[in-house]
Amino acid sequence: MEADDVCVSAAISIYEAAEFLWREADLLDHRAYEDWLELWSPQGMYIVPTEYETDAFEDSLNYVFDDDQLRRQRVARLTSRYSISAASAARTVRTVSRFVAKGTSAGGLQLRAAQHLIEYRREITRTLAADLEVSLISDAGELKLARKVVRLINCDDALHGIGYLL
Amino acid sequence: MNNLASVHFDVDHLVKDDRVHTSLYRDPDLFALEMEKIFNHTWVWVAHESQIPEPGDFLTTYVGLQSVIVVRDSAGRIRVLLNRCRHRAATVCEQTKGRATTFVCPYHGWGYARDGELKGVPMAESYGEDLDKQALSLVPLRVDTYAGLVFASFDHSVPSLDTFLGAAKPWIDLFMKQGGGYPVGIAGEHKFRFPGNWKIQLENTTDAYHFPIVHRSFLNSLDAQASDLFSFLDGDGFVEDLGNGHSVMVMIPELVDLEAELEAPVPDRFAQLARELSQEHDNATVRRIVRAVGGSGFNVNLFPNLACSMAFFRVLRPINVAETEIRHVAIEMAGGPAAANRQRLRLHELFQGPMGFGSPDDAEAWERVQRGAQGGEDLWIMLNRDMAGGDRGNVSAETGMRAAYQMWKRMMSA
Repeated sequence: MEADDVCVSAAISIYEAAEFLWREADLLDHRAYEDWLELWSPQGMYIVPTEYETDAFEDSLNYVFDDDQLRRQRVARLTSRYSISAASAARTVRTVSRFVAKGTSAGGLQLRAAQHLIEYRREITRTLAADLEVSLISDAGELKLARKVVRLINCDDALHGIGYLL
Repeated sequence: MNNLASVHFDVDHLVKDDRVHTSLYRDPDLFALEMEKIFNHTWVWVAHESQIPEPGDFLTTYVGLQSVIVVRDSAGRIRVLLNRCRHRAATVCEQTKGRATTFVCPYHGWGYARDGELKGVPMAESYGEDLDKQALSLVPLRVDTYAGLVFASFDHSVPSLDTFLGAAKPWIDLFMKQGGGYPVGIAGEHKFRFPGNWKIQLENTTDAYHFPIVHRSFLNSLDAQASDLFSFLDGDGFVEDLGNGHSVMVMIPELVDLEAELEAPVPDRFAQLARELSQEHDNATVRRIVRAVGGSGFNVNLFPNLACSMAFFRVLRPINVAETEIRHVAIEMAGGPAAANRQRLRLHELFQGPMGFGSPDDAEAWERVQRGAQGGEDLWIMLNRDMAGGDRGNVSAETGMRAAYQMWKRMMSA
């Protein structure tokens, strides 16, 4: 039983994951992108696919397929003041909910959640809804994003310029 | 047509040699006339052959405002059919792509063969002698292809595609060399809309002038070698009028012929790819692939809706006078090494699409044009950079835009 106790205590609970993803959502809505970078494991992948059902992201076209380096370049671009779309990006408010654990491992949790994002820009308010597929790991007691896939429900239809992070 | 024939437009007044009138971006009656006089009466790009390789393979797209099905029929011939049942007008296909044996209207079950012929009509006896099935095929468009590009026209009397493309053909041939020894294929697409007139986008792929301004954040993200490659405004590039509204804008002259200069040093950003490829391919093959993987150094702009743009196809679709849909179609080396095609995907993702490092900034600039054009009703859109260059101006010349608008004037005056 002692071994089981260790395993349970090392696992990430759905409540810890929810708290983590709410904090992430708050950072993104308030464009604290540098702080957001710190939520990631260096090996983490941030992916926004163009095809709704694919899992073969590396061999498919994505909107975003960022490793650590590209994620940092993306944040540098968005905060550089040299991007006219980032400078006039929509305000966003997002809610992340409907957390469902899809898998667990020692020190890791894979879950799916719903994200409702409302954006406002130049007299227009839009909704972007997505399934989030997230892998979290515990790194020295701190949760980190090992993978985040944002499956927009309209990913295979026409979108509009998105000057912020999903 | 909303009696558009009775709406008088003085096209000569609206399009001068060096400028066009602001109303071209904002007049809904002019837009309706464009859909009829231009999009219904010329060759419009609809697909790449590789997207429908087998009989029954189809995709749906638009010619102007009209939905069409591009399908390979049972005999292997490409057909482009108006997506409208001949009975009561319902679309017979709402899938973006797939494989079909027939197209059946969901309303009353009229069924059409892959070639558009009306085959099945439920309870046909009720029509008596009044049903002429042969005259009720899905409306066919004229179809022709060049170098894998499939074009269609509602007007069966237009000059041949060969004539229409004319001087653009050698540039299309050069563009297709980015297959790197493999056939060019399609690897997916980014699709997005912006609130602006379609001609704002038409202009953009022949506008090098905006690049260092709008795309400064993209340029800042590149390594020094790549950044230098894209700093082409002071280079030897040029823009040439190719006739019929088409043009070519050469930004990087050393990347015009991807089968030449194969001994050139491998750029730093492709060094890892070259190492990976060299494990399974000989040196000549590796060099050919690596030289082609980044795409061509030019844009071929084909009036009215396609640009073969460096490493992808840019397709525009007018929605209304102030709304346009853009597709950035990614290109692959069909059957080529996975590593090379991954590199192509990653390059496409870097710049293109609604979350790319380039396209959102373009979209912002285009939206600002449309918003600004709501003011200054009597003002003009200026297109007079390097007028002295004539048919071939310097790299930032507005020669290509002038070529497109002269074709616009010709078609709108017909």
